Amino acid sequence: MGDILGSYDVLGAFWLTIRLAFFGALGALVLGTVVAVMRVSPVAVLRLLGTSYVNIFRNVPLTLMMVLSVLGITYIMGLPLSQDVQQNAIRWAIVVLAVYHAAFVCEALRSGVNTVPAGQAEAARSVGLTFGQSMVNVILPQAFRGSIAPLGSVLIALIKNTTVAAVIGTSDAAGLMQEVIENETGSFSVFAIFAIGFVILTLPLGLLFTSLSRRLAVKR
Amino acid sequence: MSASVLFDAPGPRARRRHAALAAVGLVVALGILVLVVLKMKAANQLGADLWKPFVTDRAVWRDYLVPGLLGTFKAAAISIVLAGVFGVLFGVGRLSSVTALRWFCGVVVEFFRAVPVLLMMIFAYFGLYARGTFFSAETAPLAAVVTGLTLYNGSVIAELVRSGVFSLPKGQSEAGLSVGLTRSQVMRSIQLPQALTAMLPALIGQFVVILKDSALGYQVTYLELLNWSKTLGSAFANTVPAYLVAALLFIVINYVLTVLASRVQRRLSRRGRAVVGGGGPVTGTTPEQSTLGGDGIVTTDATNT
Repeated sequence: MGDILGSYDVLGAFWLTIRLAFFGALGALVLGTVVAVMRVSPVAVLRLLGTSYVNIFRNVPLTLMMVLSVLGITYIMGLPLSQDVQQNAIRWAIVVLAVYHAAFVCEALRSGVNTVPAGQAEAARSVGLTFGQSMVNVILPQAFRGSIAPLGSVLIALIKNTTVAAVIGTSDAAGLMQEVIENETGSFSVFAIFAIGFVILTLPLGLLFTSLSRRLAVKR
Repeated sequence: MSASVLFDAPGPRARRRHAALAAVGLVVALGILVLVVLKMKAANQLGADLWKPFVTDRAVWRDYLVPGLLGTFKAAAISIVLAGVFGVLFGVGRLSSVTALRWFCGVVVEFFRAVPVLLMMIFAYFGLYARGTFFSAETAPLAAVVTGLTLYNGSVIAELVRSGVFSLPKGQSEAGLSVGLTRSQVMRSIQLPQALTAMLPALIGQFVVILKDSALGYQVTYLELLNWSKTLGSAFANTVPAYLVAALLFIVINYVLTVLASRVQRRLSRRGRAVVGGGGPVTGTTPEQSTLGGDGIVTTDATNT
């Protein structure tokens, strides 16, 4: 066990996992919020576009998008994001993670909007607030607090899904684990090291989001 | 038509503004589409010779896509059955009155929910099955895929079982106990049947997750739809179209399943049954919310690949 930690850069691999997760989550949050606002907007065309986005990207396997981004878009269509093979894989992985999880961020935010009682929206309208005003001042502040728990599960899923980047050859945690197993041994301790790494990454986050969602829940 | 509580029926100025916003949205969406088409055209990916085989050549479907779909469905079907068994066992275990059993099941479930499916598959295949002699070289990849999918989704289903039993009114178990049933009889003949019915929509949603996750088998050389479409792409020199067609197949299948799940959910709630994993109080912020794409089907962790 000590050998593996000594001769392989396990911490470096997890650092890449964290970077993939951080930038992927950032992109997913921005994109997902835009799609969520589109899905509840008064404009039918925007609602349709938002719904289509969610239905497309929620139903495609992430693995397929990853493979397509490198084998299809980079090599065949000639659109690399970097000349370096490893860098290109990492950047495309971040883009794909953001695009894929934006659909789930949108759904999490929408489920947050659903926790706001209809009376709140009706009250906002009855005192003469416009759609924009009632969204910004009444609905969204409550909706964000109501969507902390689902957003937390999306973030945890995103962290775990960074492993899928291994199929396009990034040397993240999953990629390195495969390398170790193929070169050295298939013992349970190898699996344990990497599995515990993910437990350490995700378990505190889960606890944090659960307590946050309880503390920030709107008392009704 | 002010069906939404979020905004009033638009007046003339609002209608103009909405039309302008709609136009902007359309232009941006069409712009992205045109950009994709132009790029594909520049890379010669729109040539008829690349797309025609999907319609004219029966071999494309017979030798590549149908075997791929069968591989995907085979792994998914075995996994959902095993995950169901795993889920019921560990879900009931977490509700047991024996503290040690409750703890053991809790640790197992939480562990497998925290570890990425791909990590389990890679270890199961490269670490165990490909080295050992228990599985032949042909079945080892399938076994690895099923192992990963079963452990993860079984844990998710265990949580569904637990929350399903918790969501039942207390009077159900109290009534059972008061007529003299033992705790396990109450679980088996009163609580579990109701919990499983309530879980049905979430279970169908979980099947979508399993179908999508089976594509991870690509990494452990399992021959499912993604792997077959890669082979198809090399055989017909149409990699990009092959992947796009595979993506379309996944979208259609999963979309149909999600719609089915939301139908079942609405049917159950119409009959006054509790539903587990439903999206909480629906205040109907937009009119299409409850009808499109199985909204409100929030399995505890539907977000996986």
